[in-house]
Amino acid sequence: MLNKNIYLILIISLVFAISFWIGFNVNLLPAEASINAPIYDELFKILFITGLIIFIGMTIAVIYSLFKFRKRNDQIGDGIALEGNLSLEIVWTIIPSIIVLLIGLYSYNIYDRMGGMKELNHNHEMMSSNSEKIWAGISQTSDNEIAINNLSIEVSAMQFAFLFNYPKGNFISGELHVPVDQKVSMKMESKDVIHAFWVPEFRIKQDIIPGQPTILNFTPTKVGKYPIICAELCGPYHGGMRASIIVEEESDYNEWFNKNKKPEVNL
Amino acid sequence: MTISIDPQKTNNESLQPKGWLRYFSFSLDHKVIGIQYLVCGFLFYLIGGTLASAIRIELASPMSDFMPRDVYNQVLTLHGTIMIFLWIVPVVNGAFGNYLIPFYVGARDMAFPRLNAVAFWLIPPSGLMLVASYFVEGAAQAGWTAYPPLSITTPQSGQIIWILSVLLLGGSSIFGGINFIATIIKLRRPGLKLMQLPMYCWAMLGTSLLVVLSTPVLAGTLILLSFDIIANTGFFNPVLGGNVVVYQHLFWFYSHPAVYIMVLPAFGLVSEILPVHARKPLFGYTTMVFSIMGIVVLGLVVWAHHMFTSGTPPWMRLFFTIATAFIAVPTGIKFFNWVATLWGGKISINSAMLFSCGFIINFVFGGITGVALAQVPFDIHVHDTYFVVAHFHYIVYGGTVFIIFSSIYHWFPKVTGKMLNEKLGILHFIITFIGFNLCFAPQHWLGLNGMPRRVAEYDPQFQFVNQISSLGALLMAISTIPFLINVFLSVRNGKNAGDNPWNALTPEWLTSSPPPVENWEGEAPLVEEPYGYGKEISEQK
Repeated sequence: MLNKNIYLILIISLVFAISFWIGFNVNLLPAEASINAPIYDELFKILFITGLIIFIGMTIAVIYSLFKFRKRNDQIGDGIALEGNLSLEIVWTIIPSIIVLLIGLYSYNIYDRMGGMKELNHNHEMMSSNSEKIWAGISQTSDNEIAINNLSIEVSAMQFAFLFNYPKGNFISGELHVPVDQKVSMKMESKDVIHAFWVPEFRIKQDIIPGQPTILNFTPTKVGKYPIICAELCGPYHGGMRASIIVEEESDYNEWFNKNKKPEVNL
Repeated sequence: MTISIDPQKTNNESLQPKGWLRYFSFSLDHKVIGIQYLVCGFLFYLIGGTLASAIRIELASPMSDFMPRDVYNQVLTLHGTIMIFLWIVPVVNGAFGNYLIPFYVGARDMAFPRLNAVAFWLIPPSGLMLVASYFVEGAAQAGWTAYPPLSITTPQSGQIIWILSVLLLGGSSIFGGINFIATIIKLRRPGLKLMQLPMYCWAMLGTSLLVVLSTPVLAGTLILLSFDIIANTGFFNPVLGGNVVVYQHLFWFYSHPAVYIMVLPAFGLVSEILPVHARKPLFGYTTMVFSIMGIVVLGLVVWAHHMFTSGTPPWMRLFFTIATAFIAVPTGIKFFNWVATLWGGKISINSAMLFSCGFIINFVFGGITGVALAQVPFDIHVHDTYFVVAHFHYIVYGGTVFIIFSSIYHWFPKVTGKMLNEKLGILHFIITFIGFNLCFAPQHWLGLNGMPRRVAEYDPQFQFVNQISSLGALLMAISTIPFLINVFLSVRNGKNAGDNPWNALTPEWLTSSPPPVENWEGEAPLVEEPYGYGKEISEQK
């Protein structure tokens, strides 16, 4: 009996050790390039390790049963007439409930840190006069940021392209240029069917819906060029609906911005 | 020779064709209808599988080079629709439900035999219509979800035929659901209590409740969508002031329960198969029943987790996160109970057992990624990517389809009186299991790293992993060959099975194999302990 328990504890510790090792050493995610990304990867790691423990444990239990309790050639008759075990069943109801609850609370915390629970506001000057209802999105703000510094961009999507309107510079670009470490606030709307704005390196995605503006705020943290991918089936060329986001140093960004800026027309 | 005439019986039998012809007739026999569902479903599985192969061939290279882009969208739409509405739902519900439920409740047929036949005969025409729509103006190409405005702006005839076909299939499903509820509640043999029913009855009761509660919502939604397409109404058309997000809510109110309509019957079937081949009672009968009902209730309030990146406000995202994650609890109970059923048994390692164990392993994997996907912040990155594709194939293929095969190996002797060849069966399992995991496991990585779903072209950096996936798909296609050979050989020359080759205790095995027209020569037996393995008293009456 003692021996059996020692083996059980040994196997469980081994499963935990393997799962933690894989969880910390195997990277399944792309580069981290926004302040959302490390938060996301933290959640991913926890879910990955928990999942591995359960999956490896269950797989071992199934394969072990198949070997240990397989019917030998000389055996006849049935297994033990065990119809249930109430305390065991209570244990495997309560433990998963606790795990699920803890994961739920933890992911609430993650979602809050990503700005998911913030009020959806798009601080673009034109918005104040306009009381249309914003439906969804992530409105990320962090405490050390000053709201005035936000870069406001209006995104419109159509089959099969994204257009980025820089209201302050009065121009439209097919490429999204943003300065590094500065919050970007986007208001998005589609001109035809549903599209989605996804930057894998930023770990953010939001559908772009016709007739209902959505909000997406993010802060890039790494200079570079990343793909913007449409993630919602939008027609034959859906797979080719791509754009690029170019994260650059503030001086480079200003240079690009001033080159494209058009003088304001006063009507 | 004296001829005794039972007027009712003669009347019934003279109307029915004999032999294999009866499978092409409007037969009222639940066993014939069950086989009709199964074979018809399998033929559509071959069509859907061919479409899947076409998708994997296209995705073996990063460029869109195998078929035109709009055809690719038609192929993926038809693949999803056929696999869900013409293969999995009709087979796990219609085929096994019709064959087994009357035996399990001790009845001679379903409650409404004519409705039952109508429900089946709606399927072949709507399936053929769906496939034929390709030749009109192109099939539907807005995905099986048919989200407006895309479904309103793509060529209309294909989309309208798709709607008609899904409406007919939904009707068939509702007829079946009503029939199952009535049969399980009202046609039980006197003396048979609800808590003595085999677990598949409970699974079908839960599933049929979901079918009856949620399928009409899909029907209503699709009718409104068809108005938008043909009559220029504006329910979902934003140009006319419609709301596209409302469609998504209505669609998923059916289509998430549809996942449980596809997996709950499989949960029931595996609960019948494991005890027989492990020679042990089903572990925790009562908790199994309550967890099925728990899944039914929770399954109705989780639909918006398909819309986390859509137009949903934060509070709604949180509610659906918690509700969805909690489905893991009753589902987990069932998996622990199945492993406990194996524990301490005398397990025969045969094809039915291997497919069932493959199901447990695959489904646990799919369930874990499911709990992860339920978390809003997690989902926001991987929604609409290949991660989701991999997840739901682990559920519906690695889960349900594995159980369909397991069930075929288990009940083939019942239906035909012949055994399937075990060597070919185990070969079938090995190729399917390896092929399936090779095909879908790598897709998790693709999704995490930036490959969206439903695309005909992708970044060259994903080519190698996509080719591994396509290789897995090739193995899955090959795996049907030993299965088909096995079935054809065994129907003709299989080893005689006798009436009860597995020494099972559930009622369908207590009659001859194949069973007579009205199931039992005499009275239906009263089976109070369908899982009474390992007990001294084996005088099951």
